[in-house]
Amino acid sequence: MKQLTVISGKGGTGKTSITAAFASFAKNAVLADCDVDAADLHLILKPEIKKTIVFHGSKIARIDKDTCTDCKKCYDSCRFDAIDKDINLIQGACEGCGVCAYVCPVEAITMVDRDSGFAYLSETRLGPMAHAVLNTAEEASGKLVTLVRNNAKQLAEENEKDLILIDGPPGIGCPVIASITGVDLVLIVTEPTLSAIHDLERIQGVAHHFNIPSTVCINKYSINPENTKIIEKYCKTNNILIVGKLPYDNVMTKAMIQEQSVIEFSDGELSHKIHEMWNRIQEVL
Amino acid sequence: MIIAVASGKGGTGKTTIAINLALSLDTAQLIDCDVEEPNVNIFLKAMMDTRENVAVDTPAIDVKKCDYCGKCADFCMYHALAVVPKKVLVFPELCHSCEGCALVCPRDAISWKKRAIGTIDHGTCGAVDFYQGVLNIGEAMAVPLLRSLKKKIDATTHVILDAPPGTSCPVIETIRGSDYCLLVTEPTPFGLHDLKIAVDVVRHLSIPFGVIINRDGSGDNRVECYCQHEKIPVLMKIPHSEKIAYLYSKGIPFVNELPEWRIRFQNLFQRLQNEVTP
Repeated sequence: MKQLTVISGKGGTGKTSITAAFASFAKNAVLADCDVDAADLHLILKPEIKKTIVFHGSKIARIDKDTCTDCKKCYDSCRFDAIDKDINLIQGACEGCGVCAYVCPVEAITMVDRDSGFAYLSETRLGPMAHAVLNTAEEASGKLVTLVRNNAKQLAEENEKDLILIDGPPGIGCPVIASITGVDLVLIVTEPTLSAIHDLERIQGVAHHFNIPSTVCINKYSINPENTKIIEKYCKTNNILIVGKLPYDNVMTKAMIQEQSVIEFSDGELSHKIHEMWNRIQEVL
Repeated sequence: MIIAVASGKGGTGKTTIAINLALSLDTAQLIDCDVEEPNVNIFLKAMMDTRENVAVDTPAIDVKKCDYCGKCADFCMYHALAVVPKKVLVFPELCHSCEGCALVCPRDAISWKKRAIGTIDHGTCGAVDFYQGVLNIGEAMAVPLLRSLKKKIDATTHVILDAPPGTSCPVIETIRGSDYCLLVTEPTPFGLHDLKIAVDVVRHLSIPFGVIINRDGSGDNRVECYCQHEKIPVLMKIPHSEKIAYLYSKGIPFVNELPEWRIRFQNLFQRLQNEVTP
């Protein structure tokens, strides 16, 4: 089984639109939306949820005020400033380490499961899909990404699929690392803006750090041809294969508004270019 | 007044808004809190003058004292320690520096050593006092770096925080304590969906907020209908314009080329100030 993750460093370069387009070509793939912070792939694929799993991110402290003697040991020991002077828990700041419960001399604090979100196993018109939602202001999105990926593997085994297509999050931190660990290939979607080039170099550094081979797609290459040349030069110097160059085309947004992948929506030039790119990626895989 | 610029969805124009707003004011402190992918200085081009390393505490095991009882590994919620026969393995990138392992160790065998996770850089550009956090490549946790970065906030001046995309830990850490949050979106289904999540977050944190629609005209009107329905003010619309996109691609803040926008940003700031301190 192969795994491909679409990432970008910078947000808004077109990861999800391109993942959805690939899903239209891939006949034997499971889809996984690992941008659990701001998941959008389901808006195109409209999954029918078959199974829901409650996700417990970390633990959280629960303070029993009736037992509490106000000794303030927990307040003094918390490294996350998650307990205020009046010994109230600041939920958003608690990282669930358990130090407060350990130092409490009267056992007024217990560590309980935190309901942090939901993971789903679903069916879509383009194949099985694993996805999730993180509850408002919850943490541990890296852990939820890992759960989504495990669910995708399970779906692939059950449905005898040989590819997992992962829509990754922006950035370079823990959810990104969780999305690319152990995959066969990443596709970095970039665009010819100085911000995106800067972010491309950093995300490429992360992929390199974890020894994952990478390929690049230059999206909207026509908006700044000089910057496109800079990206091409960067990729050449660093031996990274550019698998596709897509022109700026409003059809991408139009397809999104119709809640379709660009391949389903149009048979135009952009769709053909994405098809060529998909073929190249399959060769690399 | 502290204004955070956030979005939910990436690439909607947070940095564009933060930078153009800062450049339109007489004086401002601008802090790039997207430590994973800091982009502000591509546009600001500030003269950078100082850099400080940010380090977190991670456990160091004194092998002379340790008897491999395993209590530290049992306690650690983050699996940052593992005890195998005659060896304690430390996985520093998983450590949250809670210091629980040292607390539970019966032989006082755990001390702390510093591990660098990134830098905080300072510079100035005209009237803009600028800070950025830069997370080291391969580091997973942005929050400790953000905590150090936010200590640089000078609340006596106009502070603008450029938040990272998304809605989880680094975003919450950035916007917590702000007086106002500008949510930047685009008029597409993805923009709308992620705006709704961001609205949940700012409401959860009880921070006053308004919406800025970027690339107005490129999609549909669902974002505006939503804002109207939810009684959320749409504070500004930036048109879908080739010129603005091109300036962005070259790292040029558009208020420098389109001065009429400077006044619009000043008016926006005035409006926020009136709302926060009536």
